[in-house]
Amino acid sequence: MYAQMVKSEATNDDPEMLAAFQARIDAGERIEPKEWMPEGYRKTLIRQIGQHAHSEIVGQLPEGNWITRAPTLERKAILLAKVQDEAGHGLYLYCAAETLGVSRDDLTEQLLSGRMKYSSIFNYPTLTWADIGAVGWLVDGAAIMNQVPLQRTSFGPYARAMVRICKEESFHQRQGYDLIRKMAEGTAEQKAMAQDALNRFWYPSLMMFGPSDKESVHSAQSMAWKIKINTNDELRQKFVDQTVPQAQFLGLTVPDEALAWNEDKGGWDFSEPDWNEFYEVLKGNGPCNVERIEARQKAWNDGAWFRDGLMAHAKKRDARRQAAQMAAE
Amino acid sequence: MPVQGDMMTPDAEALAKAAGGAARSAGQTPLEAGSPEMDLFTGLTRLGDNTLILGHRISEWCGHAPVLEEDIALSNMALDLIGQTQFWLGLAAEVEGRGRDADALAFRRDAWHFHNILLVERPNGDFGQTLMRQFLFDAWHAPMLKALEGSADARIAEIAAKAHREVAYHIERSADLVIRLGDGSEESHARMQAALDRLWPYSGEMMIADAVDLRLAHAGLIPDPASIRPAWDETVNHVLEEATLKRPEGNFAHQGGKQGRHSEHMGHLLAPMQWLQRAYPDAEW
Amino acid sequence: MSSEWPLWEVFIRGQHGLNHRHVGSLHAPDAELAMKHARDVYTRRNEGVSIWVVPSAQITASAPSEKGPLFDPANAKVYRHPTFYDIPDEVGHM
Repeated sequence: MYAQMVKSEATNDDPEMLAAFQARIDAGERIEPKEWMPEGYRKTLIRQIGQHAHSEIVGQLPEGNWITRAPTLERKAILLAKVQDEAGHGLYLYCAAETLGVSRDDLTEQLLSGRMKYSSIFNYPTLTWADIGAVGWLVDGAAIMNQVPLQRTSFGPYARAMVRICKEESFHQRQGYDLIRKMAEGTAEQKAMAQDALNRFWYPSLMMFGPSDKESVHSAQSMAWKIKINTNDELRQKFVDQTVPQAQFLGLTVPDEALAWNEDKGGWDFSEPDWNEFYEVLKGNGPCNVERIEARQKAWNDGAWFRDGLMAHAKKRDARRQAAQMAAE
Repeated sequence: MPVQGDMMTPDAEALAKAAGGAARSAGQTPLEAGSPEMDLFTGLTRLGDNTLILGHRISEWCGHAPVLEEDIALSNMALDLIGQTQFWLGLAAEVEGRGRDADALAFRRDAWHFHNILLVERPNGDFGQTLMRQFLFDAWHAPMLKALEGSADARIAEIAAKAHREVAYHIERSADLVIRLGDGSEESHARMQAALDRLWPYSGEMMIADAVDLRLAHAGLIPDPASIRPAWDETVNHVLEEATLKRPEGNFAHQGGKQGRHSEHMGHLLAPMQWLQRAYPDAEW
Repeated sequence: MSSEWPLWEVFIRGQHGLNHRHVGSLHAPDAELAMKHARDVYTRRNEGVSIWVVPSAQITASAPSEKGPLFDPANAKVYRHPTFYDIPDEVGHM
């Protein structure tokens, strides 16, 4: 998902404390920042929320790639509002992570130096306008599937951020579907672009949920802690079941010859994505890894004087205020 | 909100579209130069092209700003400006009555038919240049919209009132940031002064009237841009002083944008912006 | 790396709200900019709202050990909660 393959950290805490903590989680209590928590819980959450936040921030780039080329004023405004929301969601999530005792600048440095990851999906390029539809429809569709249950996650600040994000994100998938629908019902070239977008984004979207649970060694601990609510395979199946009829409605073909309705399980059988490709993308060998990180590094480095300049002014203002107070006394 | 829709009945809209289509296939008779309709069309595109091109420029920052909070604030401003564009160009298209709409004006005119000032098409440069360009424009935009609220044309007054509420916040923000960065660190001060010196010769154009402006002012539709000068000077002087920035000496003003003579940058801005509409003219989006 | 902008907590009273509610946090160099950022980030500039910003460092939170004594008495006053009262369906929404 936006947080893929989050390694859960080992915990070396007092077994009695651990048991009491687990009991609170099992009872559905929310854990708040100042309360006792296992070191592993804290570290795993920092990694997961940080990765989630980074994904929102890097996720601005593939869609931002089309803001200056949006074909109507209305589409331009919608896309801008959506990419802006992603900045906001990154901001909320960083704040949630900060309650665990890590700073936003620190997390940013870790992203820029490659020590922290973001979702594999944002290393794929947006090549045509239809891709903007596909990103909203498929990528946000997949993200929502994960984020809705996370509103019930055990860590209070994370859950509250997810509530706000889910509320704001409700229009994202709809606008994507609306956009690609217009393309699918448009001229022959538009329709071809829509199909091409589905072809390219289908498997990367399936990868968003992470590898099969059989290979996810960290799932069990995270699920016990309720910082992961569903298994990767559950969510992937749910996503396919939801998306296939939507593609059919558009008259588009899901690029999977093995796709077939399975009456017994009441869901679609589908092909696994190429997991080698997934691991390569995570390693840095996706089509856009280099560009994405470079863009973020440039924004951060070029902006240093701006952040410092405003801080310098705030300090001056504060000093003047204090001097004025002293003079008055 | 739906000012465009409120302004004409569906029937009239359909008629105008049909008439426009017919005119186009018959070689399209453009509005007569110097006619009141042409003047108003030009005046409205001057307003709408300013907001379109500046909104477009700011939107280039989305995802690339120095800090998240600023990224979000800039997008808000770009969204305001694009929204205002829809109103101004929508009204311009209606006044023209040739079956075009705001999108046709934004995406199907070539550079020489755009009437924005040169300032707003200046490339973003560093963040200091972007903020300084915004401030110099806002310091004019806010009092201009305030004056437009008194337009003899109710449609103009209505759009101006809505836009002014938004732009009052723009000038508050951009002035504040110019002050803070001017009176910030040594580097931020130097960058803001450099930005000011660089953009200064592009600030005069918005306060110089041509014959079209004067006729529109005389008709009570759009105020004489020169009448905005005192308010602009007051804001700029006050803010620059507090920012410890030095107001450049010269009064030279690059001109031409309002009449359709643009800088080289304009074509490069329009090329990506209009690409889809130009490449797929039969498509709907 | 230079000094990071401090963290602020944002409280907003909406148009129809009676109380300020915590909506989230953000970073800003000082209170005035925190206020502007709050407006841009958390209200998308709706009119008629009131914003408070407080430096996060200035918040004193109840410690977990205090959780029992501080909250138990209030929990006992169930009559303060609307769901305590059984309202017949015929009465409608209340």
